[in-house]
Amino acid sequence: MTPTVRIQREDFDPAAELDALTAGRPDVGAVASFVGLCRDEGGRLSALELEHYPGMAEAELSRVAAEAASRWPLLGLTAVHRFGLIRPGERIVLVAAASSHREAAFGAAAFLMDFLKTRAPFWKREHLATGALGPWVEAKVSDDAAAARWAGAEQG
Amino acid sequence: MKLVYFAWVRERVGQAEEHVAPPSDVRTVAELVAWLKTRGEGYAHAFENERIIRTAIDQVHAKPEASIGGAREIAFFPPMTGG
Repeated sequence: MTPTVRIQREDFDPAAELDALTAGRPDVGAVASFVGLCRDEGGRLSALELEHYPGMAEAELSRVAAEAASRWPLLGLTAVHRFGLIRPGERIVLVAAASSHREAAFGAAAFLMDFLKTRAPFWKREHLATGALGPWVEAKVSDDAAAARWAGAEQG
Repeated sequence: MKLVYFAWVRERVGQAEEHVAPPSDVRTVAELVAWLKTRGEGYAHAFENERIIRTAIDQVHAKPEASIGGAREIAFFPPMTGG
């Protein structure tokens, strides 16, 4: 099973990504997916700007995906992350995991998101509804805690 | 070696990348940061709270005590906020 990892400026089609995971695969019994969107934070934001480290973003996501594949019996795994200017309501990230059964699919998708947030080299900057450039988004302690909960856990 | 900077580290340093030749007694990431901080206000500002700055050596996450010997590209950046 080779994970699909893409870093791209353009939008993606979640339905097409899920179809690609299951096409011609009658052994797949479960697909769990997560799509992260840009929020407007109560009308405060006009957009988020996503900066990334080209090369390492792909490499690190691939390493996290390989780790997920070693922990769960997966039949497919997809991670797509956008960069550039993304407006409220638009998609930022997709992860999807395919397996025979739901436990592995849910677990791998959650694991991939938790580690993507703390390990993949992306940084968000706010663009305010006033037209001004806002601050860089600060990392959340809760994201580190979410990733740490997987330490030592087998097939959580 | 090539240094690359991202997000507010890049803004404070004032450039996205540069080539540097640190003295031979600079052997670890932490020693490289200490040396960079002597190179001007922008560097001092970028690394003023150096414990939160993340590092990658040749596109793999690295700790402050990691050796920089043989590194081609070293990146400095804030904690990541993707997803």
